[in-house]
Amino acid sequence: MSARTHAPSELDPAQQEAHFRYVLRLGDTSLVLGQRLGEWVGHAPALEEDLGLANLALDLIGQARLLLTYAGELEGRGRDEDALAFLRDAPEFANLTLVEQPNGDFGQTIVRQWLLDAWQLEIYEGLLVSADTRLGAIAAKALKETRYHHRFSSGWLMRLGDGTQESHDRVQGALDSLWRFTAELFAADDVDERMEAAAIAPALMELAPRWSARIDEDLRAATLKRPAAQPYPWHGRRGVHTEHLGHMLTEMQHLQRTYPGVRW
Amino acid sequence: MSEDWPLYEVFIRSRSGLEHKHVGSVHAADARMAIEHARDVYTRRQEGVSIWAVRSADIIASDPEEADSLFEPARDKVYRHPTFYAIPEEVKNL
Repeated sequence: MSARTHAPSELDPAQQEAHFRYVLRLGDTSLVLGQRLGEWVGHAPALEEDLGLANLALDLIGQARLLLTYAGELEGRGRDEDALAFLRDAPEFANLTLVEQPNGDFGQTIVRQWLLDAWQLEIYEGLLVSADTRLGAIAAKALKETRYHHRFSSGWLMRLGDGTQESHDRVQGALDSLWRFTAELFAADDVDERMEAAAIAPALMELAPRWSARIDEDLRAATLKRPAAQPYPWHGRRGVHTEHLGHMLTEMQHLQRTYPGVRW
Repeated sequence: MSEDWPLYEVFIRSRSGLEHKHVGSVHAADARMAIEHARDVYTRRQEGVSIWAVRSADIIASDPEEADSLFEPARDKVYRHPTFYAIPEEVKNL
């Protein structure tokens, strides 16, 4: 390992806990969105979109595997990626509230995707220079995938927003209803602050304006209106979720819960 | 929905230096989507390093009805193949 790496032992106990929580949040966010996108398989509006959404889902689940495996190691209690994914209940999940929201129609799925893609672009780019080189390496791989995800989602946002009256109205409606979950994206808490101080995570305050500028640029191209700011942040990252996550986990974890330890 | 979208023919270059080869087709609403669909459908297993997409309607094809007049006349012109010619023993590097 390089000298820049902050091995868990170099961090004080509060920082170690924050390190675990930080990586867990990133992993859970990718996992939950990947599972949501997987729900589209067999139901997308066209064969090509079916494959496209499945490809995004597989990228995200790949990220989740790397991140959750690492989180399990940082935690040091012997939990691997599967234990973290399949044997935790909703209050232990630390994903952004945005990604657990239901798929809705295709437009809602696209808006959710695009808001998150723009966020992940900033986070992963910031993590490239992380003092934690393992996290930096995961981010470098994920960033390539995320650039394509944003290309995909912003393209659809433009097509739907600047499409027919109906597609415009639907996608604007989705934006209006999902916007309230965006305040959480850049609301730094003690976990973020500890990681920023240790140079492991980028400063959210510095990323927010860049995210915002990208969002405005894409919205302009899509002829959509940015909703008014809603300052109340949701707290999915702290385990306080909307009702939707529990239902999703019931399905996702069904097999492991019914037949503990089952493999195929 | 995809029935309303025009068809694009997809060509993939498998490695740098090789030619693009026809691999199939996708429906797409516009050029950008055609490349994305081609990428998502035909390059999932690292099949390529470059994609071309061409509107199927823009391809000018020969008429199968004319196959006889287009292709038959070449049949008896075997001398157009390099293997038709005997190479003299003395020629080493040809």
